[in-house]
Amino acid sequence: MKAPVSWIRELVDLPESVTTEMLTDRLTALGLKLEAVDSADITGPLVVGRVLTQDKEPQKNGKVINWCTVDVGDANGTGEPQGIICGAHNFGPGDLVVVVLPGAVLPGGFEISARKTYGHVSAGMICSARELGIGEDHDGIIVLPPDAGQPGDDVFALLGLDDEVIEFEINPDRAYALSLRGVAREAALGFDVPFADPAERELPAVDGKAWEVVVDDPVGCPVFAARLVSGFDPTAPTPEHIRRRVEQAGMRSISLAVDITNYVMLELGQPIHGYDADKVAGALGVRRARDGEKLTTLDDAVRELSVEDLVITDDSGPIGLAGVMGGATTEMSETTTRILVEAAHWDAVSMFRTGKRHKLTSEAGKRNERGVDPLLPGIAADRVVELLVEHGGATAEPGYTLVGTAPERPAITIATDLPARLSGIDITAMTTVESLRAIGATVTEQDAGTIEVVPPTWRPDINDPYDLVEEVVRIVGYDQVPSVLPRRATGRGLTRTQRLRRRIGRTLAGAGLVEVVSFPFVGEATFDKLGLPADDPLRSTVGLANPLSSEEPAYTTTLLPGLLDAASRNVGRGAPGVALFETGTVAFPADNGPAPIYGVHARPTEAELEKLVEALPVQPQHLAVVLAGERRRAGWWGAGADAGWTDALAVVRRLAADLGVTVEVTSAGRMPWHPGRCALVSIDGVEIGHAGELHPNVCRAYGLPARSAAVELDLDALMAAATEVVPGPAFSTMPLAKEDVALVVDAGVTVAAVEAALREGAGELLESIRLFDVYTGEQIDEGQKSLAFALRFRAPDRTLTEAETGAARDAAVARAAELTGAVQR
Amino acid sequence: MSGPNTDYDPVEVAAVSPAELEAARDAALAAIAAATDLEQLKAVRTDHAGDRSPLALANREIGALPPQARKEAGQRVGQARGAVSKALAARQEVLEAEHEARILVEEAVDVTLPTDELPLGGRHPLTTGAELIADIFVAMGWEVAEGPVIEAEWLNFDALNLGPDHPARTMQDTFWTEPADNHVVLRTHTSPVQARTMLTRTPPIYVVCPGRVFRTDEYDATHSPMFHQVEGLAIDEGISMAHLKGTLDHFASQMFGEGITTRFRPSYFPFTEPSAEVDLVCFVCRGIDSDACRTCRGEGWIEWGGCGIVNPRVLQACGVDSERYSGFAFGMGIDRTLMFRHGLEDLRTLFEGDVRFTTAFGSEL
Ligand SMILES: [Zn+2]
Repeated sequence: MKAPVSWIRELVDLPESVTTEMLTDRLTALGLKLEAVDSADITGPLVVGRVLTQDKEPQKNGKVINWCTVDVGDANGTGEPQGIICGAHNFGPGDLVVVVLPGAVLPGGFEISARKTYGHVSAGMICSARELGIGEDHDGIIVLPPDAGQPGDDVFALLGLDDEVIEFEINPDRAYALSLRGVAREAALGFDVPFADPAERELPAVDGKAWEVVVDDPVGCPVFAARLVSGFDPTAPTPEHIRRRVEQAGMRSISLAVDITNYVMLELGQPIHGYDADKVAGALGVRRARDGEKLTTLDDAVRELSVEDLVITDDSGPIGLAGVMGGATTEMSETTTRILVEAAHWDAVSMFRTGKRHKLTSEAGKRNERGVDPLLPGIAADRVVELLVEHGGATAEPGYTLVGTAPERPAITIATDLPARLSGIDITAMTTVESLRAIGATVTEQDAGTIEVVPPTWRPDINDPYDLVEEVVRIVGYDQVPSVLPRRATGRGLTRTQRLRRRIGRTLAGAGLVEVVSFPFVGEATFDKLGLPADDPLRSTVGLANPLSSEEPAYTTTLLPGLLDAASRNVGRGAPGVALFETGTVAFPADNGPAPIYGVHARPTEAELEKLVEALPVQPQHLAVVLAGERRRAGWWGAGADAGWTDALAVVRRLAADLGVTVEVTSAGRMPWHPGRCALVSIDGVEIGHAGELHPNVCRAYGLPARSAAVELDLDALMAAATEVVPGPAFSTMPLAKEDVALVVDAGVTVAAVEAALREGAGELLESIRLFDVYTGEQIDEGQKSLAFALRFRAPDRTLTEAETGAARDAAVARAAELTGAVQR
Repeated sequence: MSGPNTDYDPVEVAAVSPAELEAARDAALAAIAAATDLEQLKAVRTDHAGDRSPLALANREIGALPPQARKEAGQRVGQARGAVSKALAARQEVLEAEHEARILVEEAVDVTLPTDELPLGGRHPLTTGAELIADIFVAMGWEVAEGPVIEAEWLNFDALNLGPDHPARTMQDTFWTEPADNHVVLRTHTSPVQARTMLTRTPPIYVVCPGRVFRTDEYDATHSPMFHQVEGLAIDEGISMAHLKGTLDHFASQMFGEGITTRFRPSYFPFTEPSAEVDLVCFVCRGIDSDACRTCRGEGWIEWGGCGIVNPRVLQACGVDSERYSGFAFGMGIDRTLMFRHGLEDLRTLFEGDVRFTTAFGSEL
């Protein structure tokens, strides 16, 4: 909402001492937030000039320019006439014009100086409205009325250039402030000064004779007012002050009749529509549109109407989209002389839906969908008639049609101490009553500290006691709210999951991984890039009905795409290597039907809440890691090392160890991993994810170094398995016995299998087992490998004898031979 | 192979003369003193205290002496050998100390050599920032509540007093999941977590809900379709705007420094009534000479978020007795908070995953 300060001051008796800044500060404190203050962008001498001489000088290019001398009084410092070249011709000697003198700066930073042109020194400029930024008219220069002033007089005030326009951000609950009436009322409240309500008018008696109106839908249209004028002069210009104000408010000046309806809408907040009465056939009707009906609106769009749209009709059918936009067939034109003025109160919800359905935002719709004062239709129509008569030479036809009445507002009962209780400010019952009266409410005092409050008609937003509290508190001042800490919070600290998540993040960061946060949007191309087969379950996504990009129309099922993109970005920016991790939500469709919508007047039952939750996608937390390129740097200490599948598994194992979780690792083939270098990670036989080297195609697709590696785990499952209470370890301090064995097995036998067999065979004396070497080569047969294990034995209560240790070792080797075909070297 | 009685003829060494003994001892002591390193000292030890040294030979002679002479000779030889052996030990100690000291000097390194074999890791400032906020509230006895990012429409809107035709419902352009009539959305705020908390717990409730939210904003330097919010909710008997102000003032000073407070301006949110915008005293200029301040652009205040008293309609939908309890709620963007706290110019740096961005934060937050 843009409100010129001069217009506000016209309606409120603000003291001269109140600056625009004071005004905006006060209004912001009351809830009308200042967005910007616009003022004329002109500095320097801008004065009244009287044209003394005007010599027409034809030019070679066929143009004729005027060489003028202009009396500008003493404004030029010499009192001598000012010589000025002017291209316009709509003036003559004796006329008063607007002269800008050298040294001035016009809008757009246009600096005025004396310059040589057309063989003369032109010292200044005779101005058009457009050059001054006060209008679009550039056909001619501004010719002032003969009584406008004396040569040399400053014209800033005369042209309204000293006016400032305040732009407010209006919240949905303050729709009344989408009018000067509303803004001025707040200003009066803010400075405790009288307010002249422009809506206070004497209206003619309702006789229904202005035009026949039939309202079929009184719920959608509770009040409809119609008036008629005739003999309107369609060529009459819009008076300067109306045009200027309409433009200051950010609307376009179109024609006198349209400008007047817009002017009154700005003044009062009531949208008004004018019809060319000669184009309206028969009675005006208000009803819901019928299926298949169409309407061409003023913006020349043909609109398919919905049965929920409210329309204005005449005998020809719909002629307007009620409250939102008029129709083309009855539009006022340059030949219109009879004007049918409509002002109606519309159901806000219906307006909102129609606007949304037709993607129409209009100044009228904006006000109607937020709620307008239902007492205004007759008043606004009367005001329009008044202005059409005054400025358009029209005659007000007798008759005033008003169908319906403003809906009754129920009284709200409120305890007088509620504002004090909810604000924490010491607000007395008297202050409560006075504040509510100040906003225009009718307050009736009841017994026992309660009052009955009927909100003013222009405040459809006020319906509850808490709404009234906000009004009282904003008038008392939000700055009066004291600062007091609540003292009763007795929380239980972070949950176990929250603590674990922090710990996991720290562990990974400690392992040299950098956390990233990426968008969860994916598409088929994303999965193609990962090389997922067509039937991969990860391709079954939760789709978005209105994605930002049609390329990525779904919520992701894997965190890898975002991480791989980030890795690729880092590599592209020159990083020799990158190690990233991310934790976040992935989603899988639940396919349990739509989520129910419940009422809001009572809590849903447990069963209903359960249904709500079941309808949501399954949303586990995942953890993913990508390791690409240099993992350990080369340096003066020696060679570095690139990331590979072992780094991915090392991350998994480190995390598992940190959480006290035992993970099992088996070989698996799963895209986007290398088919021979991918590990399936499980806990107690339940899969929780994969780790290993990425498939070469995936590395290529993302522009990552060969052998880049990745991990993706179900974080929820990992955290659920974390040891809650670690049992204190018992360990022996008896001497350690060491036995190393080298076993030859087929190349396909896994280390895990051999180790498990050794562990099983070694029995209870075995303290630890660790693979320390793998050998393939000349000394053993092709297709075989040698695995060297360090076995460490210790008894809880005694020093082991060589015989005991040897027996345990032999048993371990025997078991490995039995289960894996291992042969001791 | 050697034995006193086969190699040496006692007749030849008949005289353990005191003068010779003294000379041998003095020679030994002089040699010891002259040894400048452990190598030399080892040779001195062999020459003057070894098996073939004069003193050792003299010692052997004692056995060949008549019994009456043995005692006196033994004493003399013993004294001389004792003096030499003591001197040797002392010299050994000195030379060893010198040797060790020299090794330490020789082993000196250039400590300015790089040691960055292992890359630096780091957690994202959005994570650590949310944790910092959570910790501030947990320290006040609040709890951290969480909920799903893909949420039921009823919980994201209806339960929060945003009915199907509420203008605010279009103000927050929402991502709807398919099919659109499934009534499931990407949550547009973390408020559904508050609704869930009220639905499942009984007051007093003091929870803070940090989390990821989505709106259909085009991605640019100041907008993102995904961002992070933290909302707070307190439901208890006698809760007022004063408690809201107290809580936010405390939060502000913990987050931005001692003396940073907040101010309220009337505003509108369906979830709250009365509602307020929260501004923060600019933590850079503190409202003093703000004209040149880039952080607050001369305002002296920074817009921080929204808040208010929980609308009783919300309490009703969530099964809280609005006669007995009142509550306050607030919400602000974590991304935005980080942007002005750290002077970030472009929101997108948060989501690009450039490791130079994240590692720069270290553990500052
Ligand atoms: Zn500042």
